[in-house]
Amino acid sequence: MNILEILSYGFIQRALLAGTLIALLCSVLGVFLVLRRLSLIGDGLAHVTFGSTAIALALKLYSAMSLLISMPIVLLASLGILRLTKKGRLSGDTAIGLVSALGISAGIILASVGGGYNVDLLSYLFGNILAIKGEEVVIAALLCLGVLLLVTLYYHELFAISFSDELAQVSGIRTSFINSILVLLTALSVVLAMKLVGVMLISALLIVPAAGALQLARGFKVCILLAALQGCFSVVVGIIISIISNLPASASIVMINLLVFASACLLRRVMYPKYSN
Amino acid sequence: MSEKIVSTSLLSCSYREGRVLEDITFAVERGDYVGIVGPNGSGKSTLVKALLGLVTIASGKAMLFDTPLSDFRDWHKVGYLPQSLHLVNPVFPATVHETVGLGLLSLKRFPKRLTGADHDKIESLLEELGVYDLKHKLIGELSGGQLQRVLLARALVNNPELLVLDEPTAALDPDTRGRFYAMIAAINRSRNVTILLVTHDSGAIGEHASKMLYLDKSLLFYGSFDEFCCSPEMSSLFGEHSQHLMCHRH
Repeated sequence: MNILEILSYGFIQRALLAGTLIALLCSVLGVFLVLRRLSLIGDGLAHVTFGSTAIALALKLYSAMSLLISMPIVLLASLGILRLTKKGRLSGDTAIGLVSALGISAGIILASVGGGYNVDLLSYLFGNILAIKGEEVVIAALLCLGVLLLVTLYYHELFAISFSDELAQVSGIRTSFINSILVLLTALSVVLAMKLVGVMLISALLIVPAAGALQLARGFKVCILLAALQGCFSVVVGIIISIISNLPASASIVMINLLVFASACLLRRVMYPKYSN
Repeated sequence: MSEKIVSTSLLSCSYREGRVLEDITFAVERGDYVGIVGPNGSGKSTLVKALLGLVTIASGKAMLFDTPLSDFRDWHKVGYLPQSLHLVNPVFPATVHETVGLGLLSLKRFPKRLTGADHDKIESLLEELGVYDLKHKLIGELSGGQLQRVLLARALVNNPELLVLDEPTAALDPDTRGRFYAMIAAINRSRNVTILLVTHDSGAIGEHASKMLYLDKSLLFYGSFDEFCCSPEMSSLFGEHSQHLMCHRH
């Protein structure tokens, strides 16, 4: 099967389009999350998405309809993590761990009560981008547009809080509000990315492109651009390789992402030997 | 009557471990250069953070530019230089130019873009502080002294009327430290910027500051360096010999 033949299939076109949009979102948000040392929030929210998807499936809501249940629950969980960090005398990673444990255990109990693990729920564990439906692509496109618009609108505030919360606050920026925007946008992206790579690998879409871009970027905007390029490239190449080699798409996407990251590390040693140790 | 830039009345702050500041009352007038000194854990950093709204005030009140802190919105009038090593993430990918420009962008309305005049302003400030050649470097690639100057440029880029510096010389060697205090004194004079500077170094800051504020959870002294050196209360606190060493210029 050649590339052109692969690209002629509707399900592959849908996978590439939705995958690129979701990768774009996750990579851009990932830069802010990594710099704010909130890298694992994606993992925690993915576990909550798993629990909320179990609720949706128990209510016989499938595909795009399951988002009606997942979205509000994951958005609330993301704000819960912030609140626990601020008011609960907990560090960010502990708060993420608590919410994550609640999400995954609720999901397992619901799946068990609802007649054991079923294929639908398992597809959310490992992702199934090639089974993405037309309406899910439309939702991904609309949300992508909305999230990128908000990131553009609050770019400087996000940049400022990523640099220093204290300095941002003394500049008159409402840091609590901007932090809430960041975690809410992350929550939306995580719910969308579930279908792409599944619960197990979702944090890779947020963390790896940002980590790769940080190796080479000389400037904040350049860093975001490089992360977006790495994220989109990995999705496209990962999907094509998975079809050609008959491998799972989610794991292929993440492996390509990791290869790009490793290449960026090597390239840094060549380009900036003085700052590589 | 001189304009009060900062004033507090019976200001107290607490952390979980208990009260760290007790009934602090003082006022800073326009053009003052105040050195805030005191031993470790005396509440110096907490005091300036409380004045900037970064720490919750347990009781009493604080005013900036004659406005209660809770109502204060003119943050462009305030420049802040925190302890830089504690602040900066060494892998943060921003260049020196971007970092300084960030200070300007926080006041602009959407779409926030730097104009040609803004770029000129950033570059002339970097030139003035002797870090122009570093403008394309990432902030993680700078030495402690270079980083200090870049963060100072960021604090000054909005032409603030009040500049608050929290232990800015902690990472500097004694020579660089002296030059830094002198540079702040020059900024105080040439730009008429009111300065609040937290330091351990009561002797060196006395060379440059117009007033000293000595803190040890409560306010023990507030006045000029000359008054500090002649104060019998400070003599009994430090002993005459230590006070003489601190005031070695006399």
